[in-house]
Amino acid sequence: MRLVLEPRQEPSRSAGLLSPLLAVAATLLLGFVLFSALDKDPWQALQVFFVQPVATEYGVGELLLKAGPLMLCAIGLAIGYRANVWNIGAEGQLTIGGIAAGGLALVFTDSPAPWLLPAMIVAGALGGMAWAAIPAWLRTRFNANEILTSLMLVYVATYLLSFLVHGPWRDPEGFNFPQSKMFAENALLPNIFPGTRLNAGFLVALAAVATGWLFMARSLAGFQMRVAGLAPAAADYAGISTRRTVWLSMLAGGLCAGIAGMNEAAGPLGQLQPTLSPGYGFAAIIVAFVGRLHAVGILLASLLMSLLYLGGEAAQVTLALPAAVTGLFQGTLLFFLLAADVFIHYRVRMIRSTSGFTVPEA
Amino acid sequence: MIVPAPAHPGVAPRLGLAGITKAYPTVVANDGIDLEVLPGEIHAVLGENGAGKSTLMKIVYGLVKPDAGVIHWNGVPVALTNPARARKLGIGMVFQHFSLFESLTVAQNIALALDPAEARNGLSARIEEVSARYGLPLTPDRPVHSMSVGERQRVEIVRCLLQHPRLLIMDEPTSVLAPQAIETLFATLRQLAGDGCSILYVSHKLDEIRTLCHRATVLREGRVTGTCDPRQESSSSLARMMIGSDLPHPRHRAPHVTGAALLRVQGLSLPSRDPFGTSLHDINLDVHGGEIVGIAGIAGNGQRELLAVLSGERRVAVAATIRLCGMAVGHLDAGARRERGLAFIPEERLGRGAVPDMSLAENALLTAWRRGLVRRGFVDRAAAGRYAASVIDEYHVRAAGPEVDAGSLSGGNLQKFIVGRELRQHPNVLIAAQPTWGVDVGASASIRQTLLDLRDSGVAVLVLSEELDELFEIADRIAVIAQGRLSAAYPASATSAEAMGLLMSRALIAPDATTIPHSSAAGASGA
Amino acid sequence: MDHVAGLLVLTLAAGTPLVYAALGELIVEKAGVLNLGVEGMMLVGAVAAFIMAARTGNAWLGILAGMAGGAALAAVFAVLTLSLLANQVAAGLALSLFGIGLSAFVGLPYVNVVIDGIRPITIAGISDLPYIGKLLFGHNPLVYLSIAQFAAVHWFLYGTRAGLIVRAVGESPQSAHAIGYPVIRIRYLAVLFGGACAGLAGAYLAVAYTPLWAEGMTAGRGWIALALVVFATWKPWRVVAGAYLFGGLTLAQFQAQASGAAIAPQLLSMLPYLATVIVLALISRDAVMIRQNAPASLGKPYHPEH
Repeated sequence: MRLVLEPRQEPSRSAGLLSPLLAVAATLLLGFVLFSALDKDPWQALQVFFVQPVATEYGVGELLLKAGPLMLCAIGLAIGYRANVWNIGAEGQLTIGGIAAGGLALVFTDSPAPWLLPAMIVAGALGGMAWAAIPAWLRTRFNANEILTSLMLVYVATYLLSFLVHGPWRDPEGFNFPQSKMFAENALLPNIFPGTRLNAGFLVALAAVATGWLFMARSLAGFQMRVAGLAPAAADYAGISTRRTVWLSMLAGGLCAGIAGMNEAAGPLGQLQPTLSPGYGFAAIIVAFVGRLHAVGILLASLLMSLLYLGGEAAQVTLALPAAVTGLFQGTLLFFLLAADVFIHYRVRMIRSTSGFTVPEA
Repeated sequence: MIVPAPAHPGVAPRLGLAGITKAYPTVVANDGIDLEVLPGEIHAVLGENGAGKSTLMKIVYGLVKPDAGVIHWNGVPVALTNPARARKLGIGMVFQHFSLFESLTVAQNIALALDPAEARNGLSARIEEVSARYGLPLTPDRPVHSMSVGERQRVEIVRCLLQHPRLLIMDEPTSVLAPQAIETLFATLRQLAGDGCSILYVSHKLDEIRTLCHRATVLREGRVTGTCDPRQESSSSLARMMIGSDLPHPRHRAPHVTGAALLRVQGLSLPSRDPFGTSLHDINLDVHGGEIVGIAGIAGNGQRELLAVLSGERRVAVAATIRLCGMAVGHLDAGARRERGLAFIPEERLGRGAVPDMSLAENALLTAWRRGLVRRGFVDRAAAGRYAASVIDEYHVRAAGPEVDAGSLSGGNLQKFIVGRELRQHPNVLIAAQPTWGVDVGASASIRQTLLDLRDSGVAVLVLSEELDELFEIADRIAVIAQGRLSAAYPASATSAEAMGLLMSRALIAPDATTIPHSSAAGASGA
Repeated sequence: MDHVAGLLVLTLAAGTPLVYAALGELIVEKAGVLNLGVEGMMLVGAVAAFIMAARTGNAWLGILAGMAGGAALAAVFAVLTLSLLANQVAAGLALSLFGIGLSAFVGLPYVNVVIDGIRPITIAGISDLPYIGKLLFGHNPLVYLSIAQFAAVHWFLYGTRAGLIVRAVGESPQSAHAIGYPVIRIRYLAVLFGGACAGLAGAYLAVAYTPLWAEGMTAGRGWIALALVVFATWKPWRVVAGAYLFGGLTLAQFQAQASGAAIAPQLLSMLPYLATVIVLALISRDAVMIRQNAPASLGKPYHPEH
């Protein structure tokens, strides 16, 4: 008896919907085992991790606050991933977006111009797009692999931000801390949910997800990008330009990540610091996959990933577990998802070893 | 000429298949197949595309596991779980799409297929010995990527022969050969059979089988429909066994050429981008409205590159090199050429002509979105569905509806869908590559008829095919492509398969020859 | 003169983790598999090596643990991509993200632990010889081992039948299967070898080069190793040359700071990453050369039954 994978005639849509749920269940199971192994009461640990953080109104606000940049980055990445363009540098594009928006805010710390906040959003978007344009250009002009170049540029962006807040942009009255001045009030995203830290950036994120869905599911350009991802030769055949696909993919990712960076700087931080995000740009890769590269899925997956962040923080306080457990769960979730995805294209069949044959050795 | 079938009364057949069955999700490829091959016998497996020949051969070679049935080897039941086991028993296979490694040399390719001990001891000498004995000349240290398709087939055959096979499977071996080379291959196979090696010869070409084979097993829709001595049969009796009726022949009226060339290629030379590809040299071609021009040639002689340039998948610097209805279009991409009246049916249906994981409606959108299926940048999904539905209806595509995935259609039905999708866009020029490759006889006939009807409506049609028979059936003029050079196009009625074959096997073609050349053109450099 | 020799010794030391990881990935890619998880496997190798060294006091046991750690993570990748046919790019990214998380998690208690690492060999008398002494006899044993790894990989690929088989599998798994080779098994072995090498690279960092454990201490070297394989157009000697080139570059910042240059350290730290981007672009622009050298089936899923 052995198990074999047998290709399905058509990809199973129900397996496609079930596999993220299966992955979440498997991750929870693994968490259960892990907590037991660490001599924590697993039920209590799971409760601390997944329930306690959202038990209060403030907690729900935090959940949405963190989900915002995740869904923003993920929807932008998903557009590229659908087209087989692998931008994994959202973290860097987020950072540059934050720098661009923050730089603008710092120039106008004393002038209460009403256009400052919208201008910061535009600056953040342009910053992210500019950073994403580098791998796009290197790919279309020099055929350089965008996976590696976009990732390398994350390090460059991080060092650039570090340089700025340690050097030219450091707050002279900041007791030598590596951080900029606080932004003026009119450069901060307004709160939309009193009693929490949730700000208007979340609405921007929701709008981006909706636009992303409209683009991918309904527009001709989105359709053509899906063709490029599913069958590159068919894209060439139909006259769909590879160059345009790469540029659109990278710019969409950069745009969204740049706005996410602006949201962080002008939202919870209110200034520039050496680290703008706890790895939202990388976690968004997982969000995009767990969300099936689909807008609704990304919306849900970003809430789940946000919960993992909050759970990690809670576990640190309540259970004295390292916060790194968040990264562990995130990675595991993606593993389980990829494993569960096999059921979309294959069914597992058990076959009995064929008896009655003699096997001569030649 | 014909070697009598060796009779071995009482000798166990070399290979015996009993009740072999293999089902795939959409189709039963083999349904209870029985077959026997005697030692030294050349045994034909005859059937049209989709009859289950390839699956059966893969089962014999251990590449595919049957769902049911027993395989006997020299009278002993065996389990052929993988190719390694099959090869150990003495079964060799020459694939239709070769299993060679392009970046490695002939000797390395052969060494990989032999036991380590065998591979070491004077392999080059043994390669040369075997290739001399069977008339298959080879240079052991040449890299495979530099070789023509015919040469590669020789590598495959020699590689099999060095393993001293007792059964050699040849899967459609002549599809890559010029007519003259086919005779040489047959001589080799007869010599092998004379040495006691059994040969399973897979083909859908009736004449070949009648010339070469001692016995034939005919398959239709996965079942055996008869076993016969093909030398005693006529082509039409074999055809009836193969498809259950006579071979259809399309109505072919005389062409009425409408004057100006709708597709014109002038002085096209282009280096290949692919290091293992073929460069194009000074190609000139006119296709007029109301005629079908055929381009014959052995695979790998620049067809792929020529098609990419004609379709716009690859652009050229000088726009006037390619003219479409008089307009210079060489610099335009595939989409812009479509807007100017070009339609193209590529050889690869899945992954190029259609996206397997998308619905037929979405696949209609792929090239036909300009026909009112998009409004202000957004897809009109209802219109795309209607377009697909009307293609399904008009071209008799067997599909449940516009929402089924393209990948779930059979080869013939998908091809009919692609043809229909392109023709509903009312092109002025249609380019079709291998339009009936891998398509069953019924669909082939309907596709050929469609092309002829299209011609009669005044469209300029260019067909590239590796099947000479097909070109002689539908084309008004035929040219030959060889090593990236295109011959003049000769009226189909005034030339012959043999003459075309000469052109194919000739390294050099005088591009401006007005008569069929009899001696090789000197001066130009080949290779 | 001695200063130059000292710099060269440092360059080799800095390039060594890249040699290990990139030569491992080279074999994986030669077999047709693209494993983007090098960074994750290096980190897991580093943390496994450090914990083992800290627990047992034996840094060499740490090296073995690092190789095992890298290979274990590679095994997960192999199951996902080779048996379950997951997308190799996605699975590789997952491996990197997972490795970063896992290593940070298990390594946390060891962040400020001090271990006795593997030190450079010094042979009394000979290593003190001017110029030559340091250059030939002053390295860490693992630097010598990496050179041996290069020789072995080169010999394997171009001098053995097994190497020929790996190259054949990477070019056309269909053909290799058709002439009877167990493609999946060969790819499993290649992926595990690559994982062990990446683990060794991480282990070198954690128990020999620095030696300490810090979260994310590989600092993108895994990704640079991936770029090196492309940069080297899949040729072992070019991998080694590239690794030392980048090793030298990472030193440049320390040298510049030491010499008192007025450039911010953050800007100098960008150099290796910027250089990777530029070099990658320069090499990749020759698309024909890349296609000629890249294993033809690289990154494409393969399953023998379809």
